[in-house]
Amino acid sequence: MNLTLRIWRQNGPNDKGRMVTYQVEDVSPDMSFLEMLDVLNERLILQGDEPVAFDHDCREGICGMCGLMINGDAHGPQRGTTACQLHMRQFRDGETIDIEPWRARAFPVIKDLVVNRGAFDKIIAAGGYITAPTGSAPEAHSVPVAKANADAAFESAACIGCGACVAACPNGSGMLFTAAKITQLSLVPQGQPERYTRVIGMVDAHDEAGFGGCTNAGECTAVCPKGIPLNTIGRLNRDYLAATAKRGDTPGA
Amino acid sequence: MAVTGILLALFLIVHMLGNLKIFTGETSFDHYAHWLRGIGTPLLPETWYLWIQRAVLTGAVVAHIVAATVLALRARAARPVKYAHRKKVNGSYAARTMRWGGVIILLFVIYHILDLTTGHLNPQGDPSNPYGNVVADFAPERWYVTLFYTLAIVTVGFHLRHGAFSAFRSLGQQTPKGERRARTAALVFAVALCAGYLVVPFAVLTGLVS
Repeated sequence: MNLTLRIWRQNGPNDKGRMVTYQVEDVSPDMSFLEMLDVLNERLILQGDEPVAFDHDCREGICGMCGLMINGDAHGPQRGTTACQLHMRQFRDGETIDIEPWRARAFPVIKDLVVNRGAFDKIIAAGGYITAPTGSAPEAHSVPVAKANADAAFESAACIGCGACVAACPNGSGMLFTAAKITQLSLVPQGQPERYTRVIGMVDAHDEAGFGGCTNAGECTAVCPKGIPLNTIGRLNRDYLAATAKRGDTPGA
Repeated sequence: MAVTGILLALFLIVHMLGNLKIFTGETSFDHYAHWLRGIGTPLLPETWYLWIQRAVLTGAVVAHIVAATVLALRARAARPVKYAHRKKVNGSYAARTMRWGGVIILLFVIYHILDLTTGHLNPQGDPSNPYGNVVADFAPERWYVTLFYTLAIVTVGFHLRHGAFSAFRSLGQQTPKGERRARTAALVFAVALCAGYLVVPFAVLTGLVS
């Protein structure tokens, strides 16, 4: 396959950045998208040019590092797939492919296609944890969990924090991520003690980080490589309403 | 957004049911329109209830627009650099057209009040004969008015299709099964309301009501 790539190049956080066109020849349809970028980078290095910077780690679709806007689709055209698991057979020979970084104020570009997703860490730090007792593991049967709750919590826990939801959202909102991280804990008994302070803290941290507001548009769930369902945000809303109604357990207040 | 939207949607239902009374004839329709001015009497003086309702609805519209503007400004601030290549819609068309749809609906409502409430833009504009005003408004030679109404009502339909679902979601609808139900209910509601509103101008256009 021969492809024309239009890639966002940006030298650093303060550079203005622009789309640059590259030709890539002899791409195998069995290559992953990132391997295709590796081929491009090898050629750029041999030519003495700066290679294209992009995030990646496991290349198995489970770490959440890779994230590219490919032809306007977060993680590319294939549903339920990260960019590293996307194969070139999804594209046609001679096609022009636009590759851009995630675009959000909360995700500033570090270089080329690499963005800083530290804003997600701030949301987690605001309540995405439980006060686990230390010591030996407790007897599993001592804390029963309803099967339906366990399944829904597990579905939320599949979130790899890649940021595709933010990238696809017309409002630049990170609510699907926040909702997944809240509901994976609020649906199980271990997450109950901080349930209502967690939702207030994490939504506040989300808003402070500069993400937009959710309008239930549903673009996030369409591109989510882990298929986090949109109703997760409904669970967050339910917890938020309950938390604002009680809020008696807010420390110090 | 959800609470004010629900308030406005409830008004739309009542307004549509009132419109359908046009099929019961001129005397009945005019009598109904006159009765609207006297709701709440003798507890309240004539037209007081009407003005209370107008104040509440205007408040809801303003609050709805303020909330939408805050969301739109936050959205704009959240993505300072735009995408060079952006897919139009991955999710729902109705959801993606809420903001401009809302602006169109606001302009329509202003026109609609000047047309059939105050009568300034109505060819007859007789406050004592609303039936005649409606018939004169949607006369076949004024087809462009009917066309504009149709476009506006369809826009309202799209707005409601996403808006009703989104309101359920914002108020805590949380299960996948409930989501399917909420989406279906929103779609049925939007289609039923569109049909209920459009049947009046088209009945006049085709001569069914004259």
